[in-house]
Amino acid sequence: MARIIGTGSYLPKRIMTNKEMEAYVDTTDEWIVTRTGIRQRHLSDETENTGDLGYEAAKAALDSSGIRAEEIDYILVATTTPHALVPNTSSYIQDKLGAVNAACLDLNAACSGFIYGLEVADALLKSDHIHHILVIGSEVLSKITDFTDRATCVLFGDGAGAAVLAKGDGIRGIVSGADGTKGACLNTRDFPVNNIVAEGSKAPQLIRMDGKEVYKFAVNILPEALKAAVSRGNGNLAQLDHIVPHQANIRIIEAASKRLDISMEKFHVNIQNTGNTSSASIAIALDELSRSGKLINGQKLALVGFGGGLTYGAVYLEWNM
Amino acid sequence: MIFEKVKAVLVEELTLGEDEITMESNFEELGIDSLDLVELVMKLEEEFDITIEESEELKTIKDVVEYISSAKEA
Repeated sequence: MARIIGTGSYLPKRIMTNKEMEAYVDTTDEWIVTRTGIRQRHLSDETENTGDLGYEAAKAALDSSGIRAEEIDYILVATTTPHALVPNTSSYIQDKLGAVNAACLDLNAACSGFIYGLEVADALLKSDHIHHILVIGSEVLSKITDFTDRATCVLFGDGAGAAVLAKGDGIRGIVSGADGTKGACLNTRDFPVNNIVAEGSKAPQLIRMDGKEVYKFAVNILPEALKAAVSRGNGNLAQLDHIVPHQANIRIIEAASKRLDISMEKFHVNIQNTGNTSSASIAIALDELSRSGKLINGQKLALVGFGGGLTYGAVYLEWNM
Repeated sequence: MIFEKVKAVLVEELTLGEDEITMESNFEELGIDSLDLVELVMKLEEEFDITIEESEELKTIKDVVEYISSAKEA
């Protein structure tokens, strides 16, 4: 019911290499590369907040789609690090784009956010009055990164990706879900109730992660969700041309490649340059893949995400841009 | 024999040579890092139908074999 007609992405200007990270925490380039595959990440400065990154990615996606901002009926922004709580980041972007006819909704499904965004867009496009949707994944994860925690601070990066969706044949199968019992494995602490009747914690909202548990979850769920989405779309694993996984850790992708018995060549990987950009990661990788010229209409793709919640989701689609 | 099965899992999962693996081999020497260990534990849990808690305590093949044999006896 929905197809992608344009993609875009944007990474903030400042790059921080693994070597530069050594100045902040006890780590080495070698450790980071062998454990994760990451060589550098992009970090926003004060001039590039979540809405700004999302706007750049959205502009690029609109340009590549050939449709005008006024034709957008809905803007969905998947993010865990919004520009502000109010106004939502989608409204901020709507203003900058001049997308005056767009409804604006932010959604948070952590690193599965873009997949959830595609699912919601796919459902919305079944309505008679909705024709074009901008789905954006944008994060400034550095706002919630604990730069004193060497186990996590080297993993995350800032960036945004976007896709324009229209009605038509493209998306064939979607699965999504979560395991809330494992929520504590990846958390930022609750927003405390600090008001005139209660005094809550003053500790900051920063990412804390049980790396092993999250790794275990991801290694299991990536292949399962991918297979389920392909099956729901009456597709065939062996006929997949490209797989765009969430870029959390190259070891997860390698483990999945082994479990699925699908060559690493089919997995698009760019984590070495971007780090883990949460809900932006799949969107950025998809844009990169699209602009590389490797995507041909008719090819079969699988996108798969997993992350905080713990959430997961996958989309099986035929490229039809 | 538990050791033989564990060896087979290591050879398959981590593409190590059969002769590299002895009871005394420790994971660090074998080039097995913490993420490899997570996957190894998952595979062993499947193979032996047990749950392995505190995998951080497992440092050598001997540790693994002893853990599994006491888990199977329990």
